[in-house]
Amino acid sequence: MASSPLSDFLRSYLTAAIFGSLGFILVGLLLFLSYLVRPNRHQAQKYLSYESGVDPVGSLWSQSQIRYYIFALLFVMFDVEAVFIFPWATRVEAYGVFGLVEMFVFIGVLLLGLVYAWRKGVLKWA
Amino acid sequence: MTTVLAADWAYWQETLVKVGLGLVAVLLLTGAVVYMYLFKFVSFMQSRLGPMEAGPYGSMQLLAEVGKWLQKEDIFTENSDRIVFGLAPAIVMSSTFLMFVVIPAGPNAVISDLGTGIYYVLAMSSIATIGILSAGWASANKYSLMGGLRAAGQLIAYELPLVLAVVGVVIQVGSLNLQDIVHAQSDGAIFGWSGIGNPFILTQFVGFLIFLIAVQAELTQSPFDMPIAESELVGGYQVEYTGIRFLVFFIAEFATAVGFAAVASTLFLGGWALPADWASASTMHWLGPIVISAKAVLLVGVVFWVRFSLPRFREDQLQQLAWKFLIPVALLNIVVTGILKVAF
Repeated sequence: MASSPLSDFLRSYLTAAIFGSLGFILVGLLLFLSYLVRPNRHQAQKYLSYESGVDPVGSLWSQSQIRYYIFALLFVMFDVEAVFIFPWATRVEAYGVFGLVEMFVFIGVLLLGLVYAWRKGVLKWA
Repeated sequence: MTTVLAADWAYWQETLVKVGLGLVAVLLLTGAVVYMYLFKFVSFMQSRLGPMEAGPYGSMQLLAEVGKWLQKEDIFTENSDRIVFGLAPAIVMSSTFLMFVVIPAGPNAVISDLGTGIYYVLAMSSIATIGILSAGWASANKYSLMGGLRAAGQLIAYELPLVLAVVGVVIQVGSLNLQDIVHAQSDGAIFGWSGIGNPFILTQFVGFLIFLIAVQAELTQSPFDMPIAESELVGGYQVEYTGIRFLVFFIAEFATAVGFAAVASTLFLGGWALPADWASASTMHWLGPIVISAKAVLLVGVVFWVRFSLPRFREDQLQQLAWKFLIPVALLNIVVTGILKVAF
């Protein structure tokens, strides 16, 4: 393995990518099998969008009020938090009390953000 | 590239075997789960027999279903974004397969033992969100759009409790690698008594409960099934899908259920390992896959038990449960675990 042009690190991710591409291969295979046996009869009405039996009205990418878009912003904030928490979590003992206090300050600030959003009422269905 | 292909014959052989076995394991477990729970378990809960015709006790029903779906016409509606629409099921399927890469089923039985382990699993599982959102968007259908957006809102909301619940386990082990997490549990001891190792369900039961609730939501199983709520959205992002593409969403959903259950059993129930003095290391090579499959299938059973017992939440209740209860509790769990880890 030492003489290989790929490092073991990259190689382990290559294996992962190969297994992931199985998803596409499997779907392709199923589609091909289906192509061999399925019927294909054209009929204009079949290709209309489904709207409970009536002809579709207006734009199909209709605008509607997304009441929970603010959650997406909150999510970005907390997901970045998770990125920072994991490295600390693997080395808790090494950093000891200092790391612990540091992380509490970090979590505290984020919790404050959540409490702020909560008090502002953005977590409620408005 | 040619040197990579030629020089590493051993690697390609090994990978082919691993990938083949992995594929068989994933599909077999998924099939077993669909038959056991979706066909039979729920039927018995509702005082009916479920499928009985195809094979003994209907055990071949799943193959009959696949045969049926294969024969359905493949319809793209005229306004749909054809490329994205066609790719979306494959993206969801691929996300599911990527999850299984690092889940160990024995001392060496893992497709690729990545150092990032559990972090990788969580990242890969959220790729499905992209697939579902693009399915909803590309369908060019109002129901699908609503369903896709709901799914995105729900999946990201429950992503956080899922991620934060895992941190407690990572703190206890000090590693993200799933094999390390398994060994920490099988070699561990509870106050010096090593009779059953130290499964983290005992010390991290809060994390375990949060993880299971979040998994229920990530799988969009009732009581969190608003994205596909048939009584309001007639199927959400799946409305326009026919035949085999619909079936792929279906398979991916159940395979993901198996995947999350396997992750949960690895994190909290000891994974493939039995406590250190129960079985020798050589036994675990063949016993390990059986142990983790049993644990995973049992946990999927819990998911389905909840699914068929509880009615659906309202959309706003869903978001409030995640943001106002699960995330604060998960953060508290991290803080307490951190303090205890440093103190002892």
